[in-house]
Amino acid sequence: MLNNLMHILFVPEVSLAILAIACLMYGLFSKNNSFNKSTNFATLSLLFVTVLIFFDFSTNFALFDSFFSNTKFTKFFKILTTSGAAISLIISKSYFIDSKINKFEIPTLLLFSTLGMLLMISSKNLMIMYLAIELQSLSLYVVASIKRNSIESAESGVKYFILGALSSGILLYGFSLVYGFTGHTSFEGIANSLVEIDNLPIGLIFGLVFVLVGLAFKVSAVPFHMWTPDVYEGAPTSITAFFAIVPKLAAIALIFRFCLEPFGKFYFEWTQVIFFLSIASMFLGAIAAIAQKNLKRLLAYSSIGHVGYVLIALVSASDQGLKSASIYMFIYLVMNIAVFSIILSLKKSDVYVEQISSLSGLSKSNPVISASLAIIMLSMAGIPPFIGFFGKLYVFIAAIESQLYILAVLGVLASVISAFYYLRIIKGMYFDEPDDNQTFDFTISSESKVILSILMILITFFILYPSLLTDIVSSISL
Amino acid sequence: MTEMPLLSLTIFLPLLGALVILLIKEDENSVNNIKKVALWTSIGVFLLSLLIWLQFDNNNGSYQFEEKFRWFNDFNFSYHIGIDGISLFMVILSTFLTPLCILASWESIKKRVKEYMIAFLFLETVMIGMFSSIDILLFYIFFEAVLIPMYLIIGIWGGARRIYASFKFFLYTLLGSVLMLIAIVAIYRLTDSMSIETLQGNYFTKNIQIYLWLAFFASFAVKIPMWPFHTWLPDAHVEAPTAGSVILAGVLLKMGGYGFIRFSLGMLPEASYYFSPLIMTLSIVAVVYTSLVALAQTDIKKLIAYSSVAHMGLVTIGIFLVNSQGLEGAMIQMISHGVVSGALFLCVGVIYDRMHTRDINFYGGLVNRMPIYATVFMIFMLGSVGLPGTSGFVGEFLVIVGAFQYSSIVVIGAATGIVLSAVYMLFLYKRIIFGVMTNEKLTEILDLDNREKIILIPLAIAVIFIGIFPNIFIEPMRLPIESIISNYESANAK
Repeated sequence: MLNNLMHILFVPEVSLAILAIACLMYGLFSKNNSFNKSTNFATLSLLFVTVLIFFDFSTNFALFDSFFSNTKFTKFFKILTTSGAAISLIISKSYFIDSKINKFEIPTLLLFSTLGMLLMISSKNLMIMYLAIELQSLSLYVVASIKRNSIESAESGVKYFILGALSSGILLYGFSLVYGFTGHTSFEGIANSLVEIDNLPIGLIFGLVFVLVGLAFKVSAVPFHMWTPDVYEGAPTSITAFFAIVPKLAAIALIFRFCLEPFGKFYFEWTQVIFFLSIASMFLGAIAAIAQKNLKRLLAYSSIGHVGYVLIALVSASDQGLKSASIYMFIYLVMNIAVFSIILSLKKSDVYVEQISSLSGLSKSNPVISASLAIIMLSMAGIPPFIGFFGKLYVFIAAIESQLYILAVLGVLASVISAFYYLRIIKGMYFDEPDDNQTFDFTISSESKVILSILMILITFFILYPSLLTDIVSSISL
Repeated sequence: MTEMPLLSLTIFLPLLGALVILLIKEDENSVNNIKKVALWTSIGVFLLSLLIWLQFDNNNGSYQFEEKFRWFNDFNFSYHIGIDGISLFMVILSTFLTPLCILASWESIKKRVKEYMIAFLFLETVMIGMFSSIDILLFYIFFEAVLIPMYLIIGIWGGARRIYASFKFFLYTLLGSVLMLIAIVAIYRLTDSMSIETLQGNYFTKNIQIYLWLAFFASFAVKIPMWPFHTWLPDAHVEAPTAGSVILAGVLLKMGGYGFIRFSLGMLPEASYYFSPLIMTLSIVAVVYTSLVALAQTDIKKLIAYSSVAHMGLVTIGIFLVNSQGLEGAMIQMISHGVVSGALFLCVGVIYDRMHTRDINFYGGLVNRMPIYATVFMIFMLGSVGLPGTSGFVGEFLVIVGAFQYSSIVVIGAATGIVLSAVYMLFLYKRIIFGVMTNEKLTEILDLDNREKIILIPLAIAVIFIGIFPNIFIEPMRLPIESIISNYESANAK
């Protein structure tokens, strides 16, 4: 009994839940500097949970048997999620303090939302899946509007909430249809009930499509992406960083698991939907970003585009697709942390840089930072020899393996269009002459500096030893 | 593998130089050091490549100086490099032109010298790496990485419309090359092999070959460039700084021709046969049409840019004749064009540095003030026209001889282009060099200084040397070309 209790404490989700509550208490009862303390606490907790996930003490421990799955795939994504959340807290700490939104509720809410994401990644049951999604979304609605006196922030929070609630409703309706037609809420139960069937009943197809629509909202795939640019732009940059980095991971992992586990046999049905989502996301992400002037909005469209590429891997509905998506998401995480750690520390005349045009002349005053940003942009555009190229390469390998030639060709065409706006940022930094005498100020905490340096090394020199990542991923399966 | 990895050293020495430059802090005193490091690095690379040439065995038709390391654990991609007779001279062309380019930028580049030199050395690494890759994925990475330094060189140090030109260059060539990525992945999926060497043959059914061929065509036709995919080239050439134009014309265009030989002919012989009428048609149009366009230009750089398209048209004709004269002619034409057009752009740079205009009507009668310049320019102009005794003649002659075996229409087209090239080049020369000096601003113009002589005289020697001893260059490539032809013929004999 006692032994079991000890085990339970070492289940990452359980310990994260306990730590999140502890964080809330710690923030609430500490007299001064509560934000600083609770942020540090939250960061450490996330790192601790990352370690727990990594060593995986609960493998042989049957907990809620058919509610959670624990596989290499979920483990990989959970590690990315918790470490991504920890790093995004580290890089955004000084921004929070600087823009006076240093409330201790933020790290606490982010911990709860991360907990929701961990549950999303490994949920194996529609009920748990829904609860997990709600847990992470509700926390995020609040943090999106945390800057109470800013209209943009409040607006983005409300928009996010309304659209998120709508998508949850659709999702729930889909669940009810799936449950109604299969009689099960667990993934295994659904899969078993479909073993004998050759054609999905029409009601179940409806349910499947509704669920996919709901999930598409969460991954912000076109045409369910409308909230992304507004939320990215309106929320404080530090929150945007979190949005860009972490929730995508969980949602992508979930959509992969939902499609491949219960409905793996009927891939023909859902790949049509995903096929469309993928093409639409890639092209809309690429084309809509061209006209953007705001850096955060641009990154929102860029993330929509990236989701399109990951969905290519899902359409391939294969083992290679799963691996490619894992690689892609890792690379996406790396590039986004790097870009946000720069944006979060870059000021021009005491204002944080948000417009692309205000980057002009950066290369003269801060050559190292502008070179780093240029490399990240080229990497996001998928130009070799940088890391982003390998993400695309793996996705295309998965696509070609499943003979999705059209999707692959459309994918590369979209990548050419998207190269334009990434290049525009480089143009702003290098080609444009600075139009004024304003000076750039790049102040970065030493922890973020270490993180940024490591990521830049990874982005630039990944080509020398790609097996570093691919070896880890090669053993991944559902 | 106990020998020195000579080829890897050649590829990565420029990058090492770039790293050294990166560590030098740029200020007024150290600018000269930066330039010197760049220059000596590139000279060192040139000497290394000559060493490779000296050790090169002409009687060995396969790859030499091979190096291979496993690169990905889960896929059969490897760091696999080596050179044969076809790539040898492309490598030497790159290493030969780079020091000259750095020397040519000595005075004309005044801002951000450090970044400029880093970009150039990075470019050199990428060019050499591309020509010596045996693994297709490695080839592709180098092929695309070229865009980065070139984009920066045009965009930062270019002329008035540099931003437009740099974007057009980047996106246009990227659009071509991404399709190649799909083809490469597809090849890997179909054969499980990534080696250019082992894929030489006829491994795909004709249907698949056609699709793959089109994907490769998209990237190489843009790169070389063939009519009607050439529109990025005049813009890029006109806006790029002199040295950028030299590398663009001298080496980057050759990537397309090299790719056609290696991939289209070598791996997809049936599709190449199927599409050769298309190539011939486009090439003849290019040769005749762009020659006429060149005739109408008033900007010297633009004229030379269009002449490049025309000359590359001859190269594609030569390649897709797939006989030994045609292919050897195409190769010599590529080497010759690399030297000649590079030199012509440098010549334009000389007067542009003095007068800051490229308008043909501005000049006239330069021979009165600049006799040495006039002489050197004449050598390159004649090389471009294809006067016997210069490098241009050998290539054009061989291509025409080869074309007789294919079709007399092609001969007529190619010959028309050659005649037209004489027209526009001589016309250009007449307008700039001869005549009476009417423009008062030109009366003070100075002849070549020592630095410019050091740049242009080696090129002049190279033009004449290739023209008189073409066999030195043809001999190493004979065996690889023969194997491509026999492969092509046996594939299409069915």
